[in-house]
Amino acid sequence: MRDITRADICIAAAAEAWRGAGEIMASPFGTVPMVASRLAKRTFSPDLVLTDGEAAIIVGAPPITTRPSDLVREAAVPYKTIFSIVWSGRRHIMMQASQIDRFGNQNLSAIGPANQPKVQLIGVRGAPGNSVNHKTSYWVPDHSTKTFVAAVDTVCGVGYDRAEAAGPGATRFHDLPLVVSNLGVFDFSGPGHAMALRSMHPGVTVDEVIAATGFDLHIGDVVETPLPTDEQLAIIDELDPKGARDREVKA
Amino acid sequence: MADKRTTLAEAVSRLESGMTIGIGGWGSRRKPMAIVRAILNSELTDLTIVSYGGPDVGLLANSGKVRKVIAGFVTLDSIALEPLWRQVRQRGAIELQEVDEGLFYLGLQAAAWRVPFLPARAGLGSDVLARYPEMKTIASPYVDGPFADPADAGATFLAMPALRLDAAIVHANAADTAGNATFTGPDPYFDELFLGAADLRIVTAERVVENGTLDAVGPLAKATIHRLLTDLVVETPNGAHFTSCAPDYDRDEVFQKAYVTAASDPEAWAAFTARYLAGDEATYQAAVLEDLENRA
Repeated sequence: MRDITRADICIAAAAEAWRGAGEIMASPFGTVPMVASRLAKRTFSPDLVLTDGEAAIIVGAPPITTRPSDLVREAAVPYKTIFSIVWSGRRHIMMQASQIDRFGNQNLSAIGPANQPKVQLIGVRGAPGNSVNHKTSYWVPDHSTKTFVAAVDTVCGVGYDRAEAAGPGATRFHDLPLVVSNLGVFDFSGPGHAMALRSMHPGVTVDEVIAATGFDLHIGDVVETPLPTDEQLAIIDELDPKGARDREVKA
Repeated sequence: MADKRTTLAEAVSRLESGMTIGIGGWGSRRKPMAIVRAILNSELTDLTIVSYGGPDVGLLANSGKVRKVIAGFVTLDSIALEPLWRQVRQRGAIELQEVDEGLFYLGLQAAAWRVPFLPARAGLGSDVLARYPEMKTIASPYVDGPFADPADAGATFLAMPALRLDAAIVHANAADTAGNATFTGPDPYFDELFLGAADLRIVTAERVVENGTLDAVGPLAKATIHRLLTDLVVETPNGAHFTSCAPDYDRDEVFQKAYVTAASDPEAWAAFTARYLAGDEATYQAAVLEDLENRA
């Protein structure tokens, strides 16, 4: 068997977000989440609904290198339909975070002050709506004190503290199941829904994770992230034949 | 029956400084770029742009003609960040109201339906509400009675305000002389709502056909822009370039890369502007055609 990379481990961990999901739309952002959602569909969540990233649901879970013209499509989902799905709750997205804080507030809009950011990023996109309407998990390929921060500069995706403050309209369907980074797997099982370390990837120490995190991370019973099985590795190789995953994940 | 055809210059002359203008399409997809280019060369100023932002927002914001942008993102799709938009924002040179992209849809829908707002959970707890005092919430009036939902007892919702537009501009695959139009690509986006939300409604199109013949262009079910939604029709072949206009053409990725590269350097940007943007639409299209021949 071949060497297992950190990216392989992240993919197997991220796929767990969609275990037992049933018939919902999986919306992955980034290479690792995209391969992970297809791995989940190929194995334990065959009813997942995946899109072509444009305006259609695709059949099966083909390699991420598949040309658009070779995809088999089963239904049209233009943006108007996507929002109906978002608001129906039948979706679990895995977004990226340029910044994420202790309670899961996420920023992908801009770094720095709102009127003159230091770095303008893409914008809030659908993060406010996603995070209060359906399951929202996060993927952070570069875990550091710059990405895991005490306070995000713009709240795009809503965390547990801000949802609580906004009241039952925001909390009713708010659910942040998982955060996967290049160092470990996290959830919000700490006190008052604070972020907790659930597992470290093999080769990473607790101290490394703590040092790379800009807030007080809850450390409970921590295990090592499981390695992908041989079956999973074979599927990952088929889904990502050119190794795009290893370019997204540092060590 | 009225013939709504006009020229690009005439359509732009109907726009006024200070207007709030909605621009259809999404990111770097099916943007009415011909009219955006024409606005760049106009005297218009102090505009508010409402858009699912792509290079339309980057170019207009960079031109100094725009006071404020209302958007959920600005992107080139295959290239995540819009370079001109980035520069303008990082100079602190423009006002931005960020709106969740689903709320944005509700804002256009509210304007098109002539109601002051539509309620949503989206935005609650986030900075699209907290940062803008003009954004309001509303408590559900259904606290008891047959329509009350106990799970939402005491819940407050975001009241997304109607995004009323002075003018809207969208680009279609084909329009007819009477102002009906069709989107034959995979997604009509929210162009119908942009038109519905606006006082002055402008449709540019790859081609303009005789009234009653849109069903020869594609299935009539795709001809979702009817003439109650339009005032002016302008034929602008290749008018979405360099954004995509499927199925007529894909995004010109080579050109888009060149745009991004040029934007990173003042001298290169001056040369890009001189070659592509300083002249009229015919000059632009001739330069693009020349590029294509040189690429081949």
